[in-house]
Parts: sequence; C-alpha cells; structure tokens
Amino acid sequence: MSFVALGNYLLPIVVFLIIFVALYKKVPLFDVFIEGAKEGILLGFQVFPCLLGMIFGINLLLRSNIVTDFFKLFSPFFSYFHFPREILPLAIIRPISGNASFAMMIDIFKNYGVDSYLGRIAAVMQGATDTTIYVISLYFGSIGIKNIRYALKAGLFADFITLIVSILLISFFF
Amino acid sequence: MVNKIWGTFIVVGLFYGFLTGRMDIMNQEIIDCGSSCLELFFHMFPMMILWSGIMKVAQEAQILSFLSKLLRPLFSLIFPELKKDDPALEYIASNLTINMLGIHNASTPFGLKAMKCLQEENPKKDTASKSMITFLVLNTSGVTLIATDILAVRSSMGASFPTDLLLVTVLATIINTTLALLMNAYLGRRGS
Repeated sequence: MSFVALGNYLLPIVVFLIIFVALYKKVPLFDVFIEGAKEGILLGFQVFPCLLGMIFGINLLLRSNIVTDFFKLFSPFFSYFHFPREILPLAIIRPISGNASFAMMIDIFKNYGVDSYLGRIAAVMQGATDTTIYVISLYFGSIGIKNIRYALKAGLFADFITLIVSILLISFFF
Repeated sequence: MVNKIWGTFIVVGLFYGFLTGRMDIMNQEIIDCGSSCLELFFHMFPMMILWSGIMKVAQEAQILSFLSKLLRPLFSLIFPELKKDDPALEYIASNLTINMLGIHNASTPFGLKAMKCLQEENPKKDTASKSMITFLVLNTSGVTLIATDILAVRSSMGASFPTDLLLVTVLATIINTTLALLMNAYLGRRGS
C-alpha cells in the first residue's frame, strides 16, 4: 500500500478511535456531539470577520504583483550567491497565504518538474511550515489580542529557518 | 501590530496596482473578495462544526486529557509557565496531533479553543501572553509528519517516488521547530 493511500486512512482512523473509545466509556455520544457542534457554530461566526478581513488585505497585496516584481529586481544579487532565486517568491508568500503558496508550489512543479531540485525544495518548504500571518490574525483576532508583542518576529524567524533548512537538506540528500 | 500589517497590505497593494496600471484587476479583486472568502468559509464552516462536535466527544471520553498527559514532559519544557494540568494543554495537544497528520481545517477549532483558555489566564486581555506566542510559534513552524495534500499533488503530477520527501520534511520540521522555540524563548526572556 502506498503512502498516498495511507493518507486516506488517517481521518477515518481518528474518527473511529474517538467514537469507539467514547462508546466504550458510555459517553452520551450524540448529545455531547450536538453540544460541541453548537459551540462550533459560534466559533465559525466569530472567525468569519477575521477571515474576510485578512483575505481582503492579502489578495490586494498579491494581485498588485508587488512581491513578484520586487524579486525580479533583486535576481542578479541572488544568482551571484548561487541562491535558487526561483524559490524566493514562494518563500515570501508562504507565511502570508496557504492557498496562494500552494498554487505557487504547483506552478514550480509544472515549470521545473516535480522531481527537480526546485520542485523538491518547494514541496518541503510548503510542508514543513504553516501560514504565520494567517494563523496570527485568526487566533489572536478571535480572542481580541491587539498587542502581539514578538509573535510576528518569532513566527517569521521560523519561516526563514525553514527556507534555509529546505535548501540545505535537498542539496544534501538529492 | 495586526492593524499595521493589515493596513500596509492594503495601502501598498492598491498604490502599487495604481502605479503599474493594474487598477482594473484591483477593482475586480475588491468586488470578488467577498465571494471568494465566502467560498472558503463554506468549505471551513461545516468542518469546524463537525470537529467541534467530535472534539467535545473526545473530551468527554477523556481522550484529550490522555493526549496531553502523553505530551506532558514535552509541554513542561516548552510551556514552563503553565500549570501541569492546565486545560489549555489538552487543546494544544489535540491541535498538534491533528496538525501532525496534516489535517489543517480540522485542527483550527482546537487551536481557537486553546487560545480562549490561555486568554482566561492572561492578566492583560489585549496583550499576547508568553504561552500564547509559544503556541503560535509551535503552530506556524508547522509540526507536520505527513503533508497529505502535497503528497497527493506530487503523485498526481507524476513524481517517481511521491513519498521520498517524507523524511526530509519531517527532518526540516524538527530542525525549524527546535530553532524557532529557542528563538522564542530568547525573545520571551528579553520581554520585548
């Protein structure tokens, strides 16, 4: 059985285990489920304004092409250091939007090949980190935090490390 | 801070769009934004409701407390300021477990719940506490063991060995999470 097929088993197994254990412990399953689901509705409505606001801001920034144009400007600098500059736009978008960076990863697969050096770096980068700014705004927005202190610094540091680590690991292993 | 980031995105995006003569696209984006957000929301919302319900069942069956007990040694290292049986740790444990399996939409309700618990103990309600930021770093450095969606795309686009990056991705996750937590501890001590 391939690992991809294994991916299809994860969710059913998680659901099975939870419900099975609850059934065994005689939890009033359906009542408890409905109670939790009602909380989920409130949660969803609380999150919606954050979601809408962030998507609005992020899409305006991305659709103006400023990020991609910016890196075209600096490409001579990066090629001088033998840095795979084709990966940079993805590295910048990754902390901002999960959907946009996923699409960019597929673009890199199409242009350079899934098994290429760049394709592999893109896949590892996409997989080994999450969308920092989206998570910050959603999680902090939902509980009304205004002063996020060093959260952005720490989160972006993680993304930067991921960029460096993915390039080094792929260069080393493949 | 979120205010400044958000404002900067909009102002810079619109101004640059104006400079490069892409106002038609910017205009379209403002009009379409609502429906593209609603599309994402409709995708997320039922998932959130479903998983909030399942989460409640897991909590009632004491699965969540079991998970957090398993991760307790690790947690006391990462969250030294939290009590050992802090309710937030249950949600954090569940959030991380589901993230490891690469099911992101399902993990969001747990993350939001964890934040809510941490907020109850937070002395300054409008300012992020140390444990909140640590949880955030843990979350954004992305503790993924199996990135299911990437695997699916790689295999559909004809990668010769779609799973050959699994170990490298795990290695990258471990390295970046460790370094990010160290950086986080340093920034936290400096108290900026």
